[in-house]
Amino acid sequence: MVVPVNYFLALSVALFALGVVGVLIRRNALVIYMSIEMMLNSVNLAFIGFADYFKAVDGQMFVFFVLTVAAAEVAVGLALIVAIFRNRGTVYVDNLNILKW
Amino acid sequence: MQTIFFILGGIALISGAMVVFQKHPLRSALWLIVNFFAVAGIYLLAHAEFIAAIQVIVYAGAIMVLFLFVIMLLNIRQPEETPPIPFIGQKLVGLVLAGFTGLILIYGITRSTLTAAKEMAPGLGNTESIAHSLFTDYLLPFEVTSVLLLVAIVGAVVLAKSKLK
Repeated sequence: MVVPVNYFLALSVALFALGVVGVLIRRNALVIYMSIEMMLNSVNLAFIGFADYFKAVDGQMFVFFVLTVAAAEVAVGLALIVAIFRNRGTVYVDNLNILKW
Repeated sequence: MQTIFFILGGIALISGAMVVFQKHPLRSALWLIVNFFAVAGIYLLAHAEFIAAIQVIVYAGAIMVLFLFVIMLLNIRQPEETPPIPFIGQKLVGLVLAGFTGLILIYGITRSTLTAAKEMAPGLGNTESIAHSLFTDYLLPFEVTSVLLLVAIVGAVVLAKSKLK
C-alpha cells in the first residue's frame, strides 16, 4: 500500500542523472541552470522519501531550507546571466572562455 | 498508491528528459514546470502536503516565472550550436558520465536494507508539525534564511543594474 522508500530513491537517482546529463551536454547557460534546479529537486525528493520512511519531520525541514536557498540562488544566478548577456552578448558557455588559459 | 507513484514518476522522468533534450530554452522551461508539478504530486503521496504546496508556489510559480522572464528578456532566437563545437565527443562523454553517476547511486541504493514505511499515525497534521519544528528546533536556521534572502535580493539588484561601478 505504502510506496517503498527505494522507489523514491530510484526516481531521485534517475532525475539526478538527467540533471547531470543536462549540465554536461547542453551549452546554453539557462538550460544548464534548469538542469541544476532539477538536480536540487531530485535531492529534495530523496529527503521527502526518507522523511516519510522515518516518520520524522526533519527531512521536510531540510527540503524547506533547500527550497529557500534555491530561490536565492536562482535570483542571483539569473541576475548574473543577464549581466553576462549585457557584457558579452551571449549565454552560450562555449563563448564565455575569458577565464580559460 | 503505487500506481499513482508510477504514473507521476513517469511524467517526471519524461518531462525531465524533455527539459534536457529540447532545443529551445523556453520549451525546456515549460517542461520543467510539468516536472515540478509531478514531483509535487509525489510529495503528496509521501504525506508532505506543506512541502508540496510550497513546491508548487515557489518552484513552479515564482522560480519558473523568473526563468521565463529572463528567457524572454534575453530573447535568444538562434537554436543552439551555431559556433563550431570545441569538443566533439561532448554529448557522448556527458551521457556516459551521467550514466556512470546514476549506476553508482543505484548500487548504493540496492545495498541498502530499507523496507516499506509504516502507515502514518493519524492525528498530528503535517503543517502543524512543520511549524512546531520550525519555531523550536530550527529557529536559528530559519532566521538565518531570512538574512540569506535579503542578501540575494541585494545581490540580484546590484548585478542586474545597467551600470556596474
